[in-house]
Amino acid sequence: MDFNLSEEQQLLKDSVDRFILDDYDFEKRRKTSSTDDGFSRDNWKTFAELGWLAVGLPEEYGGFGGPIETMIVMEAIGRGLVTEPYLPTVVLGAGLVVEAGTEEQKTEILGAVAEGNCMLAFGYAEPTSRFNLADVTTKAEEQGGGYVLNGHKSVVYGAPSADRIIVSARTSGGVRDRDGISLFIVDNNAKGVSRRDYPTADGLRASEVMLENVEVGADAMLGAEGAALPVIEKVVDRGIAALCSEAVGCMEMLKDETNEYLKTRKQFGVPIGKFQVLQHRMVDCFIELEQSRSMTYMVTLKLDEDEKERRKAASSAKAQIGKGGVFIGAQSVQMHGGMGMTDELKISHYYKRLMQIDTMFGNRDWHLKQFAALTQ
Amino acid sequence: MDLAFSPAEQAFREEVRAFLDAELPDDLRDKVRHRRELQREDYLRWQRILHARGWIAGSWPKEHGGCEWTPAQRHIFDEESHAADAPPLLPFGLQMVGPVIYTFGRPDQKEYFLPRLLSGEHWWCQGYSEPGSGSDLASLQTAAVRDGDDYVINGQKIWTSLAHHADWIFCLVRTRKEGKHQEGISFLLIDMKTPGITVRPLVLMDQGHHVNEVFFENVRVPVANRIGEENKGWTYAKFLLGNERAGIAEVAWNKKLLQRLKEMAADTPASGDRLLDDALFSRKVAETEVKLTALEYCNLRILAAMQEGSPPGGEASMLKLLGSEVTQAITELTVEALGYYAAPYEMADHAPGSNWSPVGPEAAEGVMGQHLFMRAITIAGGSSEVQKNIIAKMVLGL
Ligand SMILES: Cc1cc2nc3c(=O)[nH]c(=O)nc-3n(C[C@H](O)[C@H](O)[C@H](O)COP(=O)(O)OP(=O)(O)OC[C@H]3O[C@@H](n4cnc5c(N)ncnc54)[C@H](O)[C@@H]3O)c2cc1C
Ligand SMILES: Cc1cc2nc3c(=O)[nH]c(=O)nc-3n(C[C@H](O)[C@H](O)[C@H](O)COP(=O)(O)OP(=O)(O)OC[C@H]3O[C@@H](n4cnc5c(N)ncnc54)[C@H](O)[C@@H]3O)c2cc1C
Repeated sequence: MDFNLSEEQQLLKDSVDRFILDDYDFEKRRKTSSTDDGFSRDNWKTFAELGWLAVGLPEEYGGFGGPIETMIVMEAIGRGLVTEPYLPTVVLGAGLVVEAGTEEQKTEILGAVAEGNCMLAFGYAEPTSRFNLADVTTKAEEQGGGYVLNGHKSVVYGAPSADRIIVSARTSGGVRDRDGISLFIVDNNAKGVSRRDYPTADGLRASEVMLENVEVGADAMLGAEGAALPVIEKVVDRGIAALCSEAVGCMEMLKDETNEYLKTRKQFGVPIGKFQVLQHRMVDCFIELEQSRSMTYMVTLKLDEDEKERRKAASSAKAQIGKGGVFIGAQSVQMHGGMGMTDELKISHYYKRLMQIDTMFGNRDWHLKQFAALTQ
Repeated sequence: MDLAFSPAEQAFREEVRAFLDAELPDDLRDKVRHRRELQREDYLRWQRILHARGWIAGSWPKEHGGCEWTPAQRHIFDEESHAADAPPLLPFGLQMVGPVIYTFGRPDQKEYFLPRLLSGEHWWCQGYSEPGSGSDLASLQTAAVRDGDDYVINGQKIWTSLAHHADWIFCLVRTRKEGKHQEGISFLLIDMKTPGITVRPLVLMDQGHHVNEVFFENVRVPVANRIGEENKGWTYAKFLLGNERAGIAEVAWNKKLLQRLKEMAADTPASGDRLLDDALFSRKVAETEVKLTALEYCNLRILAAMQEGSPPGGEASMLKLLGSEVTQAITELTVEALGYYAAPYEMADHAPGSNWSPVGPEAAEGVMGQHLFMRAITIAGGSSEVQKNIIAKMVLGL
């Protein structure tokens, strides 16, 4: 057993941490997050130059590293509350291509992702699916050697800036059948694709993606027809691990900031950290963070185990992170008093991100139910 | 002991309901129902309608223009008003400074301020908190120095709710630096148009402008605008805080929010089921409803005791604690009910004629914003931690 980083991993960590510290201060982040894109394309170029967009991709396509490297990058993304669409592009989009893509698809897409020339998004949710990845009503019908897509994908993070959107669609079977789901790579500006773009409460960008008679070639299909669900689940579990790492970064930042505030804010002639109720609350935050970090290591190291072990790891980690993140977020606001309510302090922004992290890929209730079913 | 409403009380409920049916404008109802931000004029329109009916101040004594309603009547009025999606009545004038003026004010102060407060001609805001004095309110520093018939005010208030709408502000100011903090504070009524007052907006996490900083630079306020005695302001402030807390359980509003949560969960598809049929979710809703029921009966008991003359003591802190916890539980569950559709967050453009529509289901509108703003209710008006300190000290003797 070893929880230490290798020398190369430590170098990667130093490099992302330094970038967040030196080049991603909160005021800069506030500015870029309020532009139309909601992020900075210059930053994206820097990410490419520093190699972070190649993390987790196979070496033959210019990539390096695996889940641990992704964890390192995502934790820094959490600390900096980074708005660049790293998760949709590198972890989800490229992850699906790595898992299921043909040689041509990999060659075409992965290199471009690593170089910063291709952004991706993944549309898996629909208005009535809630958190069930198998609940797919979007249809793909064969026509003239290709497919015609019709459907509505909801709250697709990263879609406004994506070059291509990967969507799940049904090629056969009933609405919630595990079989019959396929993946398609769709050009964002293809005929029949329309979007309603919007900012999200956590300062990112997402879209409703409407597909109306979108014609794609057979080469747009990612993986085998009708067999996409296991691939989706595997990549979403990687997404969950990445999200857990991001959450740990957010929680750590909140813990540090709030701890510092308790030492400096004075009421009744003493630092408010002298009040035992706040000491104990801070201890609870610290313990939530430590549990969340441990669960993040656990799921990260179990991503390549068999399906049942992997899913158990992902659901248990996500349930802990959802609870811990929202707790630390809400308590950080509370312990900052009125200041915690402001848009000016970063505290509330981290809280809002942690709320979305609890929801993304299924909230705490959803994952508790998955975990219960897997461990009965 | 008897929980049933009397025939007279039931008749009163019918009367209130008929009034709301007839007089509450549809566009106001609509705004409240869609959790849209109410503008100054929205609040005032409803205040004027209630004022015309003589129902603007349910709890006030009749001699000052109130209704002297019993706790049961007030409960009925609140319940019906929220059920009908009536705009809330803001507490700053009606619940806070009004009772201070009629309890401690001079006859000429009562005569001038009370009718204008009731009619809505004067919009009041509360200038207590300062950057260095939040929970430790008594340490406030804004200085009032006597100069002839005036006080000259210098200092800063913060978190002043809706000061950007206000005509008048009631302030706690320091009139003596020596001695105990509590014994050097005076209670002043200040015209917001007085030269030297600057109001600066503070944006909160829901991106809304609800609160402000208010700066005072050599602001001259007639000594005649002081309530009661110099350096006795803390007594009046504590009286006011007691009143504020008594009104703060928000039982009727919480009931309405909970009902809407249940409607939403019944309409929310959850992969083949209704969300309300989800065992984990419905358990949380039920738990919240039980807590709200306990609050409802605590509230009625304490209001009844106040009616019989016992002052709002530490028990009122309990109402504030429970009420704010229930509201936060409901708004959290409402966000949770929306699933992914809680995320879209556009600052909506509700100008008449705009074709803006919410992303996702219609009921999603305003939900996240309300949840975020409601994080403040365990902080403002005395934080939950401070309320617990009060109960520990005043009720339990610890
Ligand atoms: C089953 C059992 C086995 C034990 N075994 C051993 C043993 O092997 N060796 C040994 O030396 N002792 C032992 N103890 C004693 C134990 O260490 C003491 O009971 C413990 O330190 C608490 O002290 P107390 O009982 O005097 O309670 P008190 O100290 O009087 O505490 C009463 C309550 O006040 C709280 N409290 C006290 N101080 C604070 C504070 N500063 N802040 C907040 N809350 C506070 C406590 O948490 C507790 O709830 C044992 C006790 C039990 C019950
Ligand atoms: C939306 C909003 C509207 C408001 N409207 C008004 C208004 O209209 N007029 C007005 O005057 N004020 C208003 N306030 C101010 C409000 O009353 C203060 O924010 C509140 O009193 C807390 O003070 P603070 O923000 O300085 O926090 P602090 O007092 O600095 O508290 C920070 C943290 O320390 C805790 N703490 C402090 N002392 C203790 C203690 N002794 N024991 C344990 N824990 C403690 C607090 O509970 C809190 O968690 C408003 C605030 C908000 C957020």
